[in-house]
Order: sequence, then C-alpha cells, then structure tokens
Amino acid sequence: MKIRSSVFASLCLVFEIFGIALFLRGFFPAPVKSSFSSKTKISDLPSEPLTGNNPNSSKVPGPLFRRVVIVLIDALREDFIYGPRGRQYMPYTRHLVERGSTLSFVAKAQPPTVTMPRIKALTTGSIPGFIDVVVNLNSPALLEDNLLWQAKAAGKKIIFYGDDTWVRLFPKHFMEYDGTTSFFVSDYTEVDNNVTRHLDSTLKRDDWDILILHYLGLDHIGHLSGPHSSLIGPKLLEMDDVLKKIHSSLISRETEGSLPNLLVLCGDHGMSETGSHGGSSDPETNTPLVLISPAFKRKVGMEKPGTVEQVDLLPTLALSLGLPISQNSVGRLIYPVFEETSLRDQLRFLHLNSYQLSCLLKDSMPTFQKEEGYEQFHMAEKSHGSWMKLYLEGNASEVLSNMGRKVLRQYLDALKAMSSALSRQLGKYDMYSMMAGMILVLQVLLLLLLAMPEALSGAGEVDVPVASALLSLPFYLLCLLSCSIHVLLCTSSENTCYLCDLSWGLVIAAIACSSALFCVLLTLAAKKLAPGTKLNTKTQGASESEFSELDVLLLMGTVGYVISLASSSFIEEEHQTWYFLINTLCLAIFQDVCRKYFREKRGPGDDRAYLPPKGTELGVGSQKWLALATPLLTLACCRLLRSLNQTGIQWAHLPDLSHWLNSWEHKPELSLLAAASLVLIFFLVQRRCSLVSKIALALGLLGVYSYRAAVGNVLFPWQHSSRDISKGTVEARFVYIFVLGILFTGAKDLLRSQVTTSDSQLKSRGLWEAYCGVVLLCSLLFRPHNLPVLACSLLIQTAMDQFIWRELQYDAAQITIMHYWFGQAFFYFQGNSNNIATVDISAGFVGLESYVEIPAVFLTAFSTYTGPLLWACHLVCYLSAAQDSRHAASVGHGCYCFALLRSIPAVAYIILITALRYHLFIWSVFSPKLLYEAMHTLVTTAVCIFFTAMDQSHAGPSYS
Amino acid sequence: MREHEIKGMVSAHTIIASSIFIATVMPLFFVEHFSVYGTHLTWLYSVSGSVAVVNIIIFWLLGISPPTKKHTLGYKVSRAVRSCLYFVLSCLFFHLVVVLTVHPCSIRCLCVLGPNVQTWIRVFSRDGAMSVWDTSLQITTASSVIGAWLGAFPIPLDWDRPWQVWPISCSLGATFGFLTGLIIAPAWIHWHRKQLTYKSK
Repeated sequence: MKIRSSVFASLCLVFEIFGIALFLRGFFPAPVKSSFSSKTKISDLPSEPLTGNNPNSSKVPGPLFRRVVIVLIDALREDFIYGPRGRQYMPYTRHLVERGSTLSFVAKAQPPTVTMPRIKALTTGSIPGFIDVVVNLNSPALLEDNLLWQAKAAGKKIIFYGDDTWVRLFPKHFMEYDGTTSFFVSDYTEVDNNVTRHLDSTLKRDDWDILILHYLGLDHIGHLSGPHSSLIGPKLLEMDDVLKKIHSSLISRETEGSLPNLLVLCGDHGMSETGSHGGSSDPETNTPLVLISPAFKRKVGMEKPGTVEQVDLLPTLALSLGLPISQNSVGRLIYPVFEETSLRDQLRFLHLNSYQLSCLLKDSMPTFQKEEGYEQFHMAEKSHGSWMKLYLEGNASEVLSNMGRKVLRQYLDALKAMSSALSRQLGKYDMYSMMAGMILVLQVLLLLLLAMPEALSGAGEVDVPVASALLSLPFYLLCLLSCSIHVLLCTSSENTCYLCDLSWGLVIAAIACSSALFCVLLTLAAKKLAPGTKLNTKTQGASESEFSELDVLLLMGTVGYVISLASSSFIEEEHQTWYFLINTLCLAIFQDVCRKYFREKRGPGDDRAYLPPKGTELGVGSQKWLALATPLLTLACCRLLRSLNQTGIQWAHLPDLSHWLNSWEHKPELSLLAAASLVLIFFLVQRRCSLVSKIALALGLLGVYSYRAAVGNVLFPWQHSSRDISKGTVEARFVYIFVLGILFTGAKDLLRSQVTTSDSQLKSRGLWEAYCGVVLLCSLLFRPHNLPVLACSLLIQTAMDQFIWRELQYDAAQITIMHYWFGQAFFYFQGNSNNIATVDISAGFVGLESYVEIPAVFLTAFSTYTGPLLWACHLVCYLSAAQDSRHAASVGHGCYCFALLRSIPAVAYIILITALRYHLFIWSVFSPKLLYEAMHTLVTTAVCIFFTAMDQSHAGPSYS
Repeated sequence: MREHEIKGMVSAHTIIASSIFIATVMPLFFVEHFSVYGTHLTWLYSVSGSVAVVNIIIFWLLGISPPTKKHTLGYKVSRAVRSCLYFVLSCLFFHLVVVLTVHPCSIRCLCVLGPNVQTWIRVFSRDGAMSVWDTSLQITTASSVIGAWLGAFPIPLDWDRPWQVWPISCSLGATFGFLTGLIIAPAWIHWHRKQLTYKSK
C-alpha cells in the first residue's frame, strides 16, 4: 500500500499517542484505595482488645476538644513562623510557639504541592496521585471518605470561609460558607478581607463546632513577587492579628468543666524561592503545623519543631474529635497530642489508628501478611489485650505501667511500618501496561526510521506492505504468542494491571495491531537488506560527503538533546539546552551566509549554485548586509528574551524582567511595551493578508489591549481614574469573534483554492490568514509581559524567511529541524519549564464567566504550547509556498521530519524513564516531564494532521 | 620544504603551549591567593597576555606575516592602527560569540594573516587555506571554539563545583581546546601532507 509521507507520519503519530497513553496509564499508579466505596461508621470500629471472654467495650473514647478552628494559610512556608521572619512578622504566634501551651511541627507535604491535592490530603489523609494535578483545574465533589463527611454525619456544624475549592469539593457539608475565587492572582487584599470580615460575628456565636478558614493572600503574593517581597511582611502581620483575635476569643469563651478548644494553624504547601509551588523542594514541601490548646503543656522555650507528615493531621483530628478515621488515610496520629490522656485511652487511640491502617493494607496489598507492620500490629494487639486484662483486674503496680509503655511502643512501631509500606505502595508501577506501551511506541519509531529514505525521496511516498504482512504466517503466530503471554501474565500477576481489566475485544485488537506493525517492520527491514549491502554503502558514502557543518550541527544537536534527557539537571534546565542550540544554530547560519556572499568564486563547478539570485528587487548589496544582520538580530532577540523569564530550577530565583514589569510601580512601562509589541505584531503579520483580514486583525489587537486594560494589567493612556477591575469578558469575546472571523476567511480561501481553482496564491493567502488567526489568539492569551516574546518570534520568522531560508536554499528537512528548535526555545522563552507549576492556568479563564472545562483546558494547552505551535504554523506556510515554487513534496517531507523529531525524544524518554523508575527524582523531575512529553506529542499529532490536510489539498488537483 | 615547515610549526606550538603553562604557574609567586577558579580573570589575562606576546615574537622571528611592499612611516602607522582596530573588533566578535579567551587565537590570526578582511574570510571558509600556517590556524581556531562550546555543557548540572560557573568552564574548555589544537595541527598536517595542495595567490 503506497501512501504519502505526510499521511504515513500522521498515522505513525496516532499509533504513538495510543502507546504513550497506555504507558502513562501504567506509569502513574492508581492511588491506594480500600475496596469498599462506603464510608467508615462508628459501628464498624473494632472493640477494645481483651484476652479472656468478658464482653469488652467497643466504645470510642470521647472527644478531647469541644471546638476546632482550622486556619489554613495558603503557601505558608515553615520559616515564616519558625525562621527569623516569624519573630519579626508573626510576634504573637511566635510567642505562643515558644511560651504558650502549643505543639509545633514541620508538616511535610507530598508533591505535587498544589492546593487541591493538598486539601484532599488534609481531609482524607490519603496521598493523591500525581495525575490529580492534571485534573486540578476541575475539582468535582470529593466522594471519598473524609473528615468533613464524618463530622457532618456525627452532627457537627461546620463553617467555612476562604478558597472556593473547598466549597466545590464539599458541597452541602457546610452550615455556612463564603467562597473566594483564586483566579485573580493580582488581588491579595480582597481575598483575605472576604474571609476576615465574617470572623467577629462568627466567633461570638456558639452554634458551630468546626470553623475552617483558608487564606489565599500569601500565595498570591508569592506568585506575584516571590517569598522575599516587601508585601510578605504586612501580610504575615495581618495573619498574626487574625490568629490573635481567634485565640483570645477562644480563650475567653473557654468555660470551666467543658472540654478545651483547639486552634490549628497550618499551610497547605510552601513556596519556592521564586514564589511558585508544585515541586518537591524543601521550601515547597515544609509547612508549619501549630496546634494551640489549653490542653497541652505550656512550653518553656523555643524547641526545634519535630517533623510529621501532612497526612498525619487527619487521624489526629479525627480521633481527638471522637470521629472514625477516614478509610483511605495513610497517616498515623501525632502522639504528643494524646500524651495527656490516660494510658488506657492512649492505647485505644493507637489501636484504632493501627486497625484502620491494617485494613487499608489488607485491601491494597495482596501480600499484606508478609508486611512487617502487619505482624507488629497483631503482636501489639495481643499484648494490648493482656494489658487490658490486668488493668481491669485492678492491678495498679509498676509492672502494669511498664507493660503499658511497651505496648505503646509496639503500636507506634507498627503504625510507622504500616504507614511507610502504604506510601511505598504508591510507587508501584503497572509494568505490563508500561512494557506494552513501550513496545508499541518503539515499533512506530523503528518504522519511521526505516522508511526514512523513501519518505524523504522526491516522490515523498512510502510503500507500507500492510496486505502482505496481514496475510503472512508470522502475523498469526505472533498474535497467538502474544495472546498466550497476555493470559499467562494476567493469571499469574498479583498486582492489578490495566490491560488485564480491559475487555477481550479491545485486547485482541491491540495485539493484532501490534503484531501487524511488527510484521510490517520485518518486511521493510528485509526489503532494505535484500538488494545487498553494496548499494547501501555506496549511497551512504555519497550522502556523507554532502554533509555540511549545518547538517552535522542539526544531527548532533538532536542526538545530544536526546542523550541529555537522561540527566535530571538537564531536564530541570532544559531551556539552557535549547538556548545553547539556538545560539549555535545562528552561528552556523551566519557562517553559511558569510560563505555565500564572500566566497571567492573559483575551483569546482558546484560554486555556481551559490551565485546570488538574479532579479531581486533589492540591490544585492543591501540584501547581503540584511542577510548578514539576520543571525545577529536573532541572537540579540534571544538574549533579550532569555532575561524576560527566568525559568528552570537553579537560577529561577534570579530577578528577571517579567518580575520587574509586573511590579505595581512599573505599570506604565509594561503598558508601553505591550502596546509596542502589539503594533509590531500587526505590522509583521498584516503584509500578506487580504484587506478584510487586515482590518479584523487591527481591531482584534486593539481588543486585546482593551481586554488587558479591563483586567487591570495595563493602563489606558486617556483614563486616569482607577476603574474597577472586571473579568473583561466582553472585550475578550470581542477578540474571539475576530479570531474566528479571520480563521473563517482563511478556511474559505483554502477551500476555494482546493475546490474551484488550483490557485496557489489563494492557497498561500488562506494559510497565512489561518496563521494570522492563531497569532491573534496567542496575543489574547499571553500575559502582557510576554507579548514581546510573540513579537520577537514573528520578527525572527519574517527576517529568516526573507533573507536566509529563501536565499540559501535549505531543503525541507533542514528547515523543519530549525523550526522545531526555534519552537522549543520559544516554549521556554515564554516562561515554561518542565515543572507543572509554571503552567499558566489563568489563560483558561480568558473570556469565560466561570470555569467551563473543555474551553479552559483547550485554552490553557494552547497558551502553553504557543511557541511550538506558532513555529509549526509558520513551517506549514513556508513549506507550502516553497512546494509551489521548487519542490513537489516539501510539505510531506516537513511533516515526516516533524513527526520523527518528536518521536525520537518521546520514545527515548519513555525508555529512559522506565529504566530510571526508582530514581530519587522520579516524581519531582522525571514524571512532570513525561506529562509534558505526552502533551507535546499530542499537539504535534494535531499539527501533523493539519499538515496532511494541506498536503492533500495540493496533491488533489495534480492527480486529477 | 614541507617537512621543514612542519618542524618549525611543532617547535612554535611547543613554545606557545609551554607559555600557557608558565602563565598558569608563574603568577603563584607574584599574586597573593592566586588560583585558577578564585582569581579567574587574572589567570585569564596572564594566559592570554603571554600567549599573545609569544605569538607575536615567534611570527616576527619566523617572518610569516604577509610581505609588505612599501615601508613609509605613514603606511606603517596606519597599518598599526588598523591592526589594533581589527584586533579589538575580532575580540569583540569572539566575545559575543563564545568567550574572551579565544583572543589568543585572534592575535595569532592577526599575526599570520595581517589586517585584511578578505584573507580572513578566505581562511575561515572551508577550503581557503594557502599555506601550512593557514591550515594550522584553521585547526587551532576551530578546536578552541569547539572547546569553549563543549565547556558550556556541564554548567546546568547540579554538582556544585567551583568551575561550573559561566566564564570559567568555557574559558577552561577553550584553553584545553587550544592546547589540543596546537598538538593536533602539526600531526594532522604531517599525516595529510600528501593530500594537501596549496594554490598560490
């Protein structure tokens, strides 16, 4: 079956997407969950262990606290309280920590340190999987067993003020609530005033049991200007006042005879040195946890706070409120909280916690009996029983208390062992799915590589022997073999596999597909080897001598980049790799240009190709100097853009231009820059559009500016009074209309060129208009400080297009690789990194009144991958223009190269990550990168399908 | 003739290479707290200065500079001025391009080629070499540029070594590249002496 190389490449990428999806399913472990979907009830709780046959009590010890106030401060770092800044800005809290009746800890949050998974961890005690970050955008109601549900079921009244994620997670759980949206990161006073304004009236009332306050202001300040900003101090002082108010109110309402109250101060996650969060560095994971209650012993001085896990708060709170522990909690109670109760109660609490953990262990691990913690738990339970017997007999000797302490230690050990075993369980991979996905992806890559000579030939067609492969004997044998392996693996393996849970039809289809691919591969390989090696070496030798420095650089760069993926530092600092490659590329181009224009014409005849093209409207002289200036201009642009957004890990904390521009006092500069960039964008893009599109583009760009002014990012020159900050929905929708209009005009031109006339000019205009629409959408979604990135990218594209690529006659493959590199570099120029935290979610809310999932996800993905997409669009425009003039199959070649360039790193990365799956940084560095790779492959597939459509429209008339 | 030239080149290169070593070792006796990492700029200046001086002396002694026809004083002065200008320009260029260490290279180029843009461009395009010295120049320049280029590689790694800072690793890379170039150039020319054919102008 003969297919064009663009179709071939798109098909390969589609297969690859399936393979990657399967791999991802196996790689990201499903979270530990007990098999029961119901919630724990009081009646399910085990009775107190007792040897002998007396009926023993199954009563849960009563609550230790009457009321609980939880103050959660978003992005509260541990050193904001325990460090020197705590002494300065949180004097009251610090005094309590040092001298009051408090317990203070450093609570370690598990990565991903993003708000929603952290709230889930705090309320369910489970560790949400990494994949939860991806669905962080959308937070539906939490169905798992959780503290709030238990409290509500026990008849406790809960009040909540703060981040409305809680309201969405726990609908109908609160007696009273007021949610605040966290979309407007630039607002850090209003969000907190919204919470504090309810405080006075609520604290006076007596009708509630649990009060939860979630303050967002600190996190917003962190995102805006980092942890060392001057705004942090006043914010911490404000929080300190809030705590003082709550604490004094709680103390004043403390009555003799009733239970004491508890005030919990905690953070959901910390913030890194840049003020972002999401990763697993210490400043991001270490949060303070301060428990304040008259029930605790008074401190005499500052002690070093102990370390606990964030999930440990849940069993502690549940037990001290007399509630059952949530089923999926992997935490263990914080022992010092219970130190003041009687030994019998202490043992009972420990027993309840270990029983819950052992149940979870039983459900989530097939080999739970072999676990050390499980055995320890049974030992402890037994000795607990005999202790109880002695205790009930009225024995009060030293022996009893010694034995009690021994039981206690046994329980604590068991808890520790079980908790760590459960956490380890989270790191188990579904190897079968991973392997299957990897094999599929590898086959696709080999197929792409084997087809290279044909795909890049002048005809641009690939002969894929599908029919012969499907009818061959090895195909059926392979199918049978794979089926038997599948049955064998599924029956023998103890872990749950995704593939084994699939229905048989799907599995057989997948196996047939994979086997067919393998057979096609074999056939192709045999064909390549069949004509004998003589011809092979000859062609290879010939092609080798034609390699220029540029080719060597392009090849070396690609290979080097793939190798660099094995190192976690190079992944963290991947932007450096691309900046480096881009700089080198510019130098190589500069050398090529020099050689073209300055070379003395003598020697062999191949020099004729270097003669300057005749009939250019510009003089050869000015052409020459412009061509020489272009790489230098590119280098200068790259240098400027580099300092716009510091990204990565190591140097991310360094001050950059975007911070400077975004600070409040530099608003006029930012406005000027944004306006200048928009004007530049207009002049660079409009030159090849029709008149209607030009007007639409101009109006659209004006709309972009007024949208930013409405949102409050930039200033309107004639408007001096400070206007209310709105969501700018009207302005944004106005721009969307123009985007759609321009895209529609482009599509109409493309269709007309395809159906009625094979007019190449019409087609290239249509393509350019589509490109125009994409640019307009980008400029709407980019934050104003990033608009120069867009302008520079267009500038580089225009200059390179005019003076370099057309003049130096690079072939489609070289052009594609250059576009790909530039696309990657611009991905990082716009401030992205291989860390989930840098994804700009705010783009998903442009022009929307509230969160709507599909457009929000689409817009966020689009704005994240703007760089690669923009360069890919330009590539299509460029190649289809070149196709008409010189090479018949250049679009096909471009598409094939694009697919290959994406497949090589993706496949290499999948293999690497399988090998490195027990690496220390697997969750913090490698797995976010895997998500990025998968997403990038998806985007590339979309681009390649667009390529194929363009190729189709060209090939159509030529065949007829 | 060719053999003779190669021998001369080997000795010249040895002298240059040893001057680098001396420039690294000597300041230990004169400058307090001298170390390659700590006082990197000092080291860099001493190395490039010594290499420059040695280069000028050697090429003046060997007389490889392009033949001059007129010897009027005005011509000489303008030549000197132009040389300086080109030197500054080329340093600037190399600084922009890679790092400042490459300027031992550029002074070498200046010695061999003289102030003539056309010659520079000729030598640095692929097959424009017209003498053994041109070839050696090509090789050393290329190897120092590649050395500096490779030197930038380990910067992002998180080993926390003192040399992983921007100019240090690059200039060390360039120095090692230059040294390798000095060694490779005579060897390569010796090996390929049959294939090398130079056209006269």
